[in-house]
Amino acid sequence: MAKDELMNYEKALEQFEVVIGLEVHVELNTNTKMFCGCRNEFGDEPNTNVCPICIGLPGSLPAVNKRAIESSISIGLALGCQIAPTGRFSRKNYFYPDLAKNFQTSQYDEPIAFEGSLEVEVPSGNTFTVAIERAHMEEDAGKLTHVGGSTGRIQGAEYSLVDYNRAGVPLVEIVTKPVYGAGAEAPELAAAYVRSIREIVKALGVSDAKMERGNVRCDANVSLRPHGQEKLGTRTETKNVNSLRSIERAVRYEIQRQAALLAKGTAIIQETRHWHEDKGATSSGRPKSDADDYRYFPEPDLVPVQPSKEWIEELRAKLPEQPAARRKRVQAEWGFADLEFRDVVNADLLDQIEETVSAGAKPQDARKWWTGELARIANSQDQNVTELPISGAQVAELAALIEAGKINDRLAREVLTYVLAGEGSPAEVVTARGLEVVSDDGALIAAIDAALAGQPDVLDAIREGRMQAAGAVIGAVMKAMKGSADAGRVRELLIEKANS
Amino acid sequence: MSEITPDLVRHLANLARIDVNDQEVELFAEQISLIVDSMATVKAAVQGDVPATSHPIPMSNVFREDVVEPSLTQAEALSGSADSGDGRFRVHAILDGE
Amino acid sequence: MSELIRKNASELVELLKSREISSVELTQAHLDRTAAVDGDVHSYLHVGPEAALAAAAEVDRRRAAGEALHALAGLPIAVKDNLTTTDAPTTSGSKILEGWVPQYDATVVKKLRAAGMPILGKTNLDEFAMGSSTEFSAFGPSRNPWDLERIPGGSGGGSSSVVASFQAPLAIGSDTGGSIRYPAFVTGTVGTKPTYGAVSRYGLIALASSLDQIGPVARNVLDAALLQDVIAGHDPHDSTSLPESLGSMADAAKKLDVKGLRVGVIKQLSGEGFQPGVSARFNESLELLKNAGAEIVEVDCPSFEYAIAAYYLILPAEASSNLAKFDSVRFGLRVTPEGTPTIERVMAATREAGFGPEVKRRIILGTYALSSGSYDAFYGSAQKVRTLIQRDFDAAFAKADVLVSPTAPNTAFKLGEKLDDPLAMYLNDIATIPANLAGIPGMSIPNGVAEDTNLPSGIQILAPARGDARLYQVGAALEHMHEEIWGKRMIDFAPELEVRG
Repeated sequence: MAKDELMNYEKALEQFEVVIGLEVHVELNTNTKMFCGCRNEFGDEPNTNVCPICIGLPGSLPAVNKRAIESSISIGLALGCQIAPTGRFSRKNYFYPDLAKNFQTSQYDEPIAFEGSLEVEVPSGNTFTVAIERAHMEEDAGKLTHVGGSTGRIQGAEYSLVDYNRAGVPLVEIVTKPVYGAGAEAPELAAAYVRSIREIVKALGVSDAKMERGNVRCDANVSLRPHGQEKLGTRTETKNVNSLRSIERAVRYEIQRQAALLAKGTAIIQETRHWHEDKGATSSGRPKSDADDYRYFPEPDLVPVQPSKEWIEELRAKLPEQPAARRKRVQAEWGFADLEFRDVVNADLLDQIEETVSAGAKPQDARKWWTGELARIANSQDQNVTELPISGAQVAELAALIEAGKINDRLAREVLTYVLAGEGSPAEVVTARGLEVVSDDGALIAAIDAALAGQPDVLDAIREGRMQAAGAVIGAVMKAMKGSADAGRVRELLIEKANS
Repeated sequence: MSEITPDLVRHLANLARIDVNDQEVELFAEQISLIVDSMATVKAAVQGDVPATSHPIPMSNVFREDVVEPSLTQAEALSGSADSGDGRFRVHAILDGE
Repeated sequence: MSELIRKNASELVELLKSREISSVELTQAHLDRTAAVDGDVHSYLHVGPEAALAAAAEVDRRRAAGEALHALAGLPIAVKDNLTTTDAPTTSGSKILEGWVPQYDATVVKKLRAAGMPILGKTNLDEFAMGSSTEFSAFGPSRNPWDLERIPGGSGGGSSSVVASFQAPLAIGSDTGGSIRYPAFVTGTVGTKPTYGAVSRYGLIALASSLDQIGPVARNVLDAALLQDVIAGHDPHDSTSLPESLGSMADAAKKLDVKGLRVGVIKQLSGEGFQPGVSARFNESLELLKNAGAEIVEVDCPSFEYAIAAYYLILPAEASSNLAKFDSVRFGLRVTPEGTPTIERVMAATREAGFGPEVKRRIILGTYALSSGSYDAFYGSAQKVRTLIQRDFDAAFAKADVLVSPTAPNTAFKLGEKLDDPLAMYLNDIATIPANLAGIPGMSIPNGVAEDTNLPSGIQILAPARGDARLYQVGAALEHMHEEIWGKRMIDFAPELEVRG
């Protein structure tokens, strides 16, 4: 991969206006696929969730999944779109081995939802309105594995293997209109927009919305034009950028790359580009060409979708709160400072904290555990904190145990590791492993006496007001009781003893 | 005379993923020209605002409930393929694409 | 020849019911006939004696055990080779599918099995049902039992010839532009294209999805009605399948009454361009209908002029997309060019080797009709013509209960006669195509031998969408009147085939 010349970011922005456009694919979490009754499941044995329809056997015909239509309408409504009173599926014809029928069934010129908008807040606190052009339904393709050559890349592979488990999984593609005026914040806006889409589809319950599993995929269009020029510049489309951080980086990279080319007077080629997370760079894919004649025509095997007003209103009534409104509401309810709240949002922990708080934890405790210890554990395991096998209710239970003095912070951290290992809820772990703090005075006094036997001078020191001397005894007691001693009580008992 | 030139036939055959030799290209160009010329009458047939009919019998909102139905087994799925391995369909390397 | 196999399906069913004959006996008699004549006729691409006899034995066992059986249980049948069957290879007449045994049964095949009808074999067709003669079958043409030098019609020439040569009492066909009706016309048999959506297309290897319809092939109208009653009905696997039942076709075929019925003669589909012998038979049929109390009216369908043009744009367009899945990856032929080819090269080489010239021609034409520069002028205009044709039918059916025309302009032509002239071949479908474009039902029944060629002629009856029962009512009544005059059935005019083997 040839190294691209990049222009300094600030300098690029001085010279050019950035225009972005985003296409987000959301994989729906229906039980079955878009056009057949095969399970819509991630991670099963290859080619086990397949049937004559989704592997495109001769003679098979599609049948539309009603829930996928409902999910799509809900997404459209949540994005403030109009819902098309009538729409048809079309066939997009092109040959590719992951496409079982060598056409993709998709809504082409008749999307189910169109003309919406979304308020998106970037980290600086600025808010942008992103105009949504359309949200349409289509089917996912199968999965190709390239074998031989170097590192499973398509280039140099000896052969490829096809698994059609994902073929026919329902997708909703959400396409923005060109977004102007974000300036230096365009990369952050792109990421924040995708985050908002994820929050919406998660809140709707229509997608698992896990980017790392490809439930949400983003193609980012970037073009530059000199300030004041009306005509849009030539755009590139960077495909399948699969984390929020990558989106931000990829957009920034394209701005810098295109600016350097334009400054030299080199024309931008309209093309598909690929993002390489490891190199932090995009590379040229396939140029758009005349060969891209998809020969769309209405899918003759399916009849039009004509959602009734009643159906649409029924779905509208079930819409959850808008992400921006929800964020405002919960920040106020929880009393988080802006910085604290941003950490929570950036770590995608709104749902977890809401669940923890509604299970009875104090908001600050919930925040502390999720953005602190749990985030640290996830990080050390190279995982997303949201992926950890622990629920908000369990974190609330942990906080309650501390509150009640049953465990201390150190024990709580230990309890967490057992909860994450699947040993049960915090209370169950505490009971099963006998991790409760000891505040039984008899046991503590015995342990204090044992510790004092080795350090007889300590009592004198305390009597003389040198309290730091107590630390050694407290430490020894804690050690002897494997951390389960109530340190506060040990200190009290020690002072009592000195003064008696 | 229609615009079905040998080059166009080559382009269309490429879009349709069919190898064609020069002899076929010439023959198809000639035959398809005749057909297209004859079919071109449809262009003149429609005057004014006529809607297109894509489905002969008008119907709408035909849906399937989101209920799992039995799938094929992996062996069944692969049974018709020319080549498979590792539970998957095996194909030659893909060089030209993304 | 066993007299048994010459009987009508409706009679055979009674013999089975009364246990005068067994299904095994009946099935074996048909298999014997195939062994004797199919070397010449070549109706079948695959014969499955073991599976057929096993199914027959099972019906006999159930009947002996006193189980409730379907009315047609035990009656053997032949199935066009573009319907998927799990126990027999399915080729659609193409090299690209040679040897493929499908992983599922077509809905219609499931219905036949559920009714206890043994499947004798899979019948020949033009490759992917593209053709009017079976000459485009990759496995050689079928021949017309009335004259082995002539075509049995197409694409379903295997199904028409299999019933015309008494190798099966009934057969399944599919009709995209006339592939059931034209073969019926040239072989002196009966064929119906039901209303679009009346019979599930699930498991029918698609030619043009918005035009294809499966239907019955038989030697008389009541037999066809009995078969349509078996295969019709809603199927959730076919989204274009009609939700409602169209009633009993067999009941309609038993009425034998056309009194007061308005019969419309389509101005554009009679007279000029039609062979005199065909026209003479057609006029005779009209006379019979009139004598039986029907009112004959003329109807005008000006847009029919554009029907063939619209059809030969819509069909290739849809077919080019439907046939894209034949790419060597999941099923069927794979041809690997020398060297280290890419998958793209393998696909192109496979499709080059696997498809015949007519299929390639239509795929390329369809690709053109859909391509961005020509879509509006060609595919778009053709879909609008379709609307005009529907409007013509609407106006015609306001004046008439059924419409009639000769089924085709000419009686059976000789093998090879039109092979190098695609346009001439396409003209055979001039009378049958409008029904497919509009989705309405149509039937062809024989109305005698054309005197100028001494070959079968036939009449097409058309009814409004969902009016299939009218076809069977009028068709059976007309057939009855003809048979009264002839003193025998149409098929009894057919010459005896030489028996071999």
